[in-house]
Amino acid sequence: MSLARIELTEQQGGRLIRLAGRWTLATTSLRATELAAEMDVAANGDGTWDCTSIEALDSAGAMLLWRGWGRTFPPVLLIRPEHRRVFERIDHADHEPRAKPPPLSPLHGVMVIGSASIGVLRHLLDFVALIGQFGLNVVHVFRFPAELPRREISANLFKSGVRAMPVTALVGFLIGVVLSYLSALQLKQFGADIFIVNIIGLGIVRELGPVLVAILVAGRSGSAMTAQLGVMRVTEEIDALATMGVPRGLRLIFPKVVALTIAMPLLVLWATSIALIGGMVSAQMQLDISYGFFFQTLPRVVPAANLWIGLAKGAVFGMFVALVACHFGLRVRPNTESLSSNTTASVVSAITVVIILDAIFAIATRGIGLPN
Amino acid sequence: MNAPVIRIEDLATRFGEVWIHNGLNLEVARGELVSLVGGSGSGKTTLLRQVIGLLLPNRGSIELFGEPLFGGGVARERALRQRFGVLFQHGALFSAFNVFDNIAFPLRELKRYDDDAIHDLVMLKLSMVELLPRHGNLMPSELSGGMVKRVALARALALEPELLLLDEPTAGLDPDRSDSFVRLIRMLSEELGLTVMLVTHDLDTLAALSTRVAVLAEQRILAYGSTDEIMRIDHPFIRNFFLSERSVRALQHSGFAPLPH
Repeated sequence: MSLARIELTEQQGGRLIRLAGRWTLATTSLRATELAAEMDVAANGDGTWDCTSIEALDSAGAMLLWRGWGRTFPPVLLIRPEHRRVFERIDHADHEPRAKPPPLSPLHGVMVIGSASIGVLRHLLDFVALIGQFGLNVVHVFRFPAELPRREISANLFKSGVRAMPVTALVGFLIGVVLSYLSALQLKQFGADIFIVNIIGLGIVRELGPVLVAILVAGRSGSAMTAQLGVMRVTEEIDALATMGVPRGLRLIFPKVVALTIAMPLLVLWATSIALIGGMVSAQMQLDISYGFFFQTLPRVVPAANLWIGLAKGAVFGMFVALVACHFGLRVRPNTESLSSNTTASVVSAITVVIILDAIFAIATRGIGLPN
Repeated sequence: MNAPVIRIEDLATRFGEVWIHNGLNLEVARGELVSLVGGSGSGKTTLLRQVIGLLLPNRGSIELFGEPLFGGGVARERALRQRFGVLFQHGALFSAFNVFDNIAFPLRELKRYDDDAIHDLVMLKLSMVELLPRHGNLMPSELSGGMVKRVALARALALEPELLLLDEPTAGLDPDRSDSFVRLIRMLSEELGLTVMLVTHDLDTLAALSTRVAVLAEQRILAYGSTDEIMRIDHPFIRNFFLSERSVRALQHSGFAPLPH
């Protein structure tokens, strides 16, 4: 393959610039800068341009010449008609109306703040509407029990409940061990060994158990729900459901929310038990507190109300994780970027909502279940 | 330089227990516009995907420009892949990029052009597919079906390919858009000297575009020739495909007069 060449010869009556070789993307792109520099030298001053020896010309090669010529045909040009057409096409493209960037408004700053606020407001409104829709669905199911989407609820229970058991158990056990180990180091210094049961029992049953499981479920099931709804929107499956008269609220959102509201307390119970076992094992190894003593002391220092609070937290967290996930899933627009950003937003918001709810619970239940 | 652009030899493909292709041979010479037709499930799209190296056949060889698709190192494989462009059925535009960035993407990947040169080339490609510079700012989700195909064509042409492969170029377009898209492909392939292979169901597209037709049936290329030659062959599939009432109307409309049967 012959490379693109520029040959300059001085003749009587002016310069002759002969272009030869293959002027294609494959041959010119590797030496684009050098060729552009050579073109600048050649185009400096008048001359006859002879393009008849060009073996092949595509638009990338032609663009290189065109830019060298200053975006116009040189005054004296010898060229084959089929090559001339390539340049004419570029000339035509040059004369298309340029895309003008929209003028920047003087109130740009205000508009940015305004549209961000409206965006937040719209999020809140949509979320409230989603909760309202869920409430209506609950009423509907009570009036027409036959329409309860049993299969979907059971499938979701399995997916987000049963399948989450191994990971919640592992995390719960390790947190129990770590909490017990760290507390033991401190308690030993004061000779307050037996209070380990209070710390672990209260901390895990009332606080750590529900929050940890909620965070795991938000990352695990929340993201999956958002992505599933998002993809169903992209592929118009949700629209297809709507045209068959299947309400998306009842068939897609209701089962997810119900399933997670049921599954979460159960997962909390499961993870809390395992975490307590982890703490117990660690306490036995660090402080020589026997399993029997641990079992006996636990119900005494941790009133049963704490367990109910923990389970209630689990149910509320589960409901909100599912609602947040569905909210963001329905906002996905048909492109990959929107899918990924909404899934991220879903997990982050779900975890934030869980922490906020946890704070509300802490204030609302501050007089309940604590030993005086 | 005189090797056929596409050479497929003794190709065989099996999905599970079913042989899709068996002993399939096809050669496409430079400058041809070949339409690949066949019944549903006859493996047209599979064959196209094998030609572009997305699927491996169970047996047989595929050569493009006289070179095998695989082997010889990453650089050689990459260089070979820059010599053909593909228009996917649904466009396969990158949904996170706008139109401009979609077309600029293959040029940027070359890492040999600066932003100015890329801008010029993208504007040229947009004008070639009869779109306006302001369309460059649109996102793929904002485009109509016809525009998606045009942008996808512009992207397929970005690296100045010698071979263009089209999967159902007019599927999902209304007859008017489909006509103008076919005209565009025809004009560009003539001007740029492209070799084209397309998979199509649409007789209008086939009649308007192709210089040759390859009929895929009975696991091989059953017939390969001009539209006229193909229509003279007496075979149930061909009779069904070309000589049904609807087809006759479409072909007469485009200037072919099939023999009375």
